[in-house]
Amino acid sequence: MNNIYKIHFIGVGGQGTVKASTIVGEAAMKKGLNVVMSEVHGMAQRGGTVVTELKIGEAHSPLIEEGAADLLIAFEPAEALRALNKINQKSFVIVNSAPIVPFTVSLGISEYPELSSVFDELKAKIKNLLIIDAQKIAKEAGSIISENMVLLGAAAAIPNFPIDKDLVIQSMKENLPLNSTEINLRAFELGFEEVKKGGKSIEI
Amino acid sequence: MKVREILTEKEGEKLFLLGNEAAVRGALEGGVSIASTYPGTPSSEIGDVFYKIAREAGVYFEFSSNEKVALEVSVAAAAAGLRSFVFMKHVGLNVAADSFMSAAYTGVRGGMIVLSADDPSMHSSQNEQDNRIMARLAGIPLLEPSNPQEVKDLMKFGFDLSEQFKIPVLMRTTTRISHMRGVVNLGAIIKGKEKGYFKKNPEQYVVMPTYSVKMRKKLMEKLDKIEEIANNSPLNKTIDRGGKTLGIVTSGGAFNCAMDVVSENNLKVKILKLTFSYPFPEKLLLDFINSVDNILVAEEVEPVMEKEVLAIIGKYNIKKKVYGKLDGTLPRIYEYNPDIISFGIAKIVDKELVKREKFSTKLSLPLRSAVLCPGCPHRATYFALKKAIKKLKLKEEEIIYSTDIGCYALGLEPPYKMGDYCISMGSSLGIGCGFSRATNQKVISFIGDSTFLHAGIPPLINAVHNKEKILLVVMDNRITGMTGGQTNPGIPVDGMGNPAPEVSIEKIVRGVGAGLVKSINPVDLKETEEVFKEALRFEGVAVVIAKHPCAMITDAENRKKGISVKYSINQEECTKCLICVKNFTCPAFFIKKDGSVSINPLLCDGCGVCTQICPKKAIEVKK
Repeated sequence: MNNIYKIHFIGVGGQGTVKASTIVGEAAMKKGLNVVMSEVHGMAQRGGTVVTELKIGEAHSPLIEEGAADLLIAFEPAEALRALNKINQKSFVIVNSAPIVPFTVSLGISEYPELSSVFDELKAKIKNLLIIDAQKIAKEAGSIISENMVLLGAAAAIPNFPIDKDLVIQSMKENLPLNSTEINLRAFELGFEEVKKGGKSIEI
Repeated sequence: MKVREILTEKEGEKLFLLGNEAAVRGALEGGVSIASTYPGTPSSEIGDVFYKIAREAGVYFEFSSNEKVALEVSVAAAAAGLRSFVFMKHVGLNVAADSFMSAAYTGVRGGMIVLSADDPSMHSSQNEQDNRIMARLAGIPLLEPSNPQEVKDLMKFGFDLSEQFKIPVLMRTTTRISHMRGVVNLGAIIKGKEKGYFKKNPEQYVVMPTYSVKMRKKLMEKLDKIEEIANNSPLNKTIDRGGKTLGIVTSGGAFNCAMDVVSENNLKVKILKLTFSYPFPEKLLLDFINSVDNILVAEEVEPVMEKEVLAIIGKYNIKKKVYGKLDGTLPRIYEYNPDIISFGIAKIVDKELVKREKFSTKLSLPLRSAVLCPGCPHRATYFALKKAIKKLKLKEEEIIYSTDIGCYALGLEPPYKMGDYCISMGSSLGIGCGFSRATNQKVISFIGDSTFLHAGIPPLINAVHNKEKILLVVMDNRITGMTGGQTNPGIPVDGMGNPAPEVSIEKIVRGVGAGLVKSINPVDLKETEEVFKEALRFEGVAVVIAKHPCAMITDAENRKKGISVKYSINQEECTKCLICVKNFTCPAFFIKKDGSVSINPLLCDGCGVCTQICPKKAIEVKK
């Protein structure tokens, strides 16, 4: 099963996690690869953690085994920690540095860890770690809601990513609303460049 | 992919489809004429797709008032010779069960598929029931797809099977199949018949005891014949990985997990994938059991096939070990994943299975529990009711809050804590009747617009007739919200997007004879509070209809009109009393590190209800 590439996406409802993973899956299909994906709907979406799992290659179940993800894309820093059980030392991890603090913290019934300790923990554990300020880059591209495409662009730029950039872009065009294509493509390119130039958008 | 491509893409093309989307394409390729549902996750997207494409496809589609009605609409269409498709979540089949059971007796002429989307692990459900048992209870053939391609292909197969044996067919998916995406090879779409014709035959269609006695016998004969088909069906396939020490009998999502574990570990086993799994293909199983040393049954959720396998082993006096849920090899509860199957197989094979290192964190991670959205009218209703209760000096602990299935059930969370009992669609009122009779406590029931029309009317009749003391609050947000925003009979739009008569909840309530009936707009907090005070003092059945559109609707309307109102806090006026955060609990509010309160403009919906709750009037329109 070495030829199966496993991507774990984790984010918060409203960040476009499902859309980003669907785009990757459809691009894989365009390349002629088999692909299976699992997504969340319904109650889980109302402000909750959103997880999608994608396996490219001859897999049957889209559910990724513990420690088996080749790539983790975390749309939110604390969520990256929530998905630690899915990765191993060889995994590649892309983390958006912009936190989303849930309302439970204001209510005083849960805590959001210090951001620096989140990053410290990630850096201590993960060798192939890219922390990028996708929110800032998305704003630069023209809209904060293009954050997911910044992260997707970053993913397309990492070594061993199994799908060509062009196919991902084609898939984006077919899955995103026409009136936002320009911003989303710009966001994707900026994310891609960010990784190519070494991921310097954030000092940690 | 755009949703419309599910209809427009040609034969031979491929789409990356959700299991639920594949069900729609399969129905179209099978020549469906009529489709009906009541929305319920994980089946909801099937209806969402039909809503968007039914008109163009020339298919009739409706969001029926409940699952029983949906099933009846489809079974009648099938009796008239049309191909019909009814779909629902697993617990929806409980609502439809009365007619479902008898539909097996009466049978159909046109092909009919009933799809039940089960929810192992209860991602968005109240229980984990395994509806493969419903197929057995009714005597209805069962199909269990493992991926979107199979969902699509089984639709057509199911229609043919249903027509051949004149019996409805049950397709059982699970969340991980309904919400799985995969590559689907498309076939040709067949245009279904527009109208059927019902040929009278009371001996077939009226379940009078004298007729039912004959129908029952006929049903058993049908099932025997169908079992022969299942025994020889290519849908039930053996995958031989070159060994006979272990044979794995599996279906649905469990098959996917088992296959990945077997492949990754290169296990020399035999796998029997059952897709056409009821009537249980005894001969096929007997051959399989005889061809291996021991058997593992991997299935979600109940040990249904495991018991069937044990029965065969007992019947033929075979001495072989059956591993599964009953002996604890695999868990009896929750959905499976490859790790769980691997853990189970490791107990019974003589081989070290792949194990991976994994990380964990000691940091405590923030809780992201489901909350009512910013701008949700239910929050205003709860806030005003809470205030009215306080003003009347009623004791919270003496009030029983009987709630129902829908977003408003989130009212059980602090600080509102208005959810003490909830078991099923429409139960808020029936349960309310029971508490009103059995205690001297005050009873307040909550029910949504769609849920009221689904199952709230008979218990309201009961409450009025039996002189119960209940305050019923109808949380009418003009949509079926929790499942993603579908229409319902209380809205002037039908399931195809056409204009439709709007059924008035107020008229129903008045017609039933509730003693006090008031309609209010909950975003007017002052008036709402006054109405609640009056209703709380009323001795009898009082009904308050709190009517305001769901934030999903108002947000979409505002976007369309280009309206973007945001609120912010005037820090000079704010005294940090935190009523907005702690008592009102709109998630757009947050407390900054310096202790000041702020509103996140990305979350603020612009409803403005918070301006009414701030004692210092410190919340104002953001400039």
